[in-house]
Amino acid sequence: MRTLLAALLLAFSLGPAFAVEPEEMLDDPALEARAREISKELRCLVCQNQSIDDSNAGLARDLRVLVRERLTAGDSNEDALRYIVDRYGDFVLLRPPVSPRTYALWFGPSLLFVIAGLGLVVFFRRRQAAPAETPPPLTGEERARLETLMDEDRKP
Amino acid sequence: MNKRLLFILPVALLIGIAVLFAVGLKHDPSIVPSVLLDKPAPSFDLAPLSNDKPGLATADLNGEVSLVNVFASWCGPCRVEHPLFMRLAEEGEVPVYGINYKDKAADAKRWLRDLGDPYTRIGVDRDGRVAIEWGVYGVPETFVIDREGTIRFKHVGPLSPEVLEETILPLVRNLQQ
Repeated sequence: MRTLLAALLLAFSLGPAFAVEPEEMLDDPALEARAREISKELRCLVCQNQSIDDSNAGLARDLRVLVRERLTAGDSNEDALRYIVDRYGDFVLLRPPVSPRTYALWFGPSLLFVIAGLGLVVFFRRRQAAPAETPPPLTGEERARLETLMDEDRKP
Repeated sequence: MNKRLLFILPVALLIGIAVLFAVGLKHDPSIVPSVLLDKPAPSFDLAPLSNDKPGLATADLNGEVSLVNVFASWCGPCRVEHPLFMRLAEEGEVPVYGINYKDKAADAKRWLRDLGDPYTRIGVDRDGRVAIEWGVYGVPETFVIDREGTIRFKHVGPLSPEVLEETILPLVRNLQQ
């Protein structure tokens, strides 16, 4: 049991494994850091929900190398990203850009939340505005019926 | 009337979302729409695979409607679609240009010798860099290029007879007119 726990603890304490291989890395640590930052933003199109930083696919490797080449050539982070987006489209970005095409994606949930909140407010306001009507007092007949019902219950 | 609307609205909303999701489920997320459609083919210049057949460069795509097929000998689906290209080459309706993607020259040559060579030109993209220019993410991929060298259509994955007959060939004929 204890060994199992230890093994589990060890497994979860390991950070995410990156696919970047040592020979891909740039000598300049600042440039390499920027490359890593960009790579995390880029989707590997072969295994779509991984970034190219995490993916072992050949294309992901090619794109990592390409990003580093662009940076070494003096591109800014934006330039390097743009270079790849120009070829693979917005889909290659793991974080979709805010544009009219993605407004529904970005603002839809908040909009739904606001609508639901408004609905709730209206619902409770209305309930408060219309105070519960006091029902008319019981008639003699009803009172008598109630008495008999209560008596029935009181009997053991 | 107002009350009824209150009941109908959520139901209508639910149906709307259900339809949206149903459509969304049918959509194949592995097919990424190309941003290069209706844009000029990227500039590139690839060396030939062998001495008896020319390589492929941007300038070769001008003047004639053509298909560009990205293939590799290690790629299984390429083998599947290959007979279709052999047929196209036989019929001679449209030239097929090949980009040999990340392949060993000897392997590619053997592959073409065994299965037949349908390509009018073959450019060798050893490191896959030119394929990135084309936005290629999964071989095989097939592009339809018009006379001006503009990319008009892209198919990802092995060509099926249906795609060829119903989409690619009609488009080619249309562009050739």
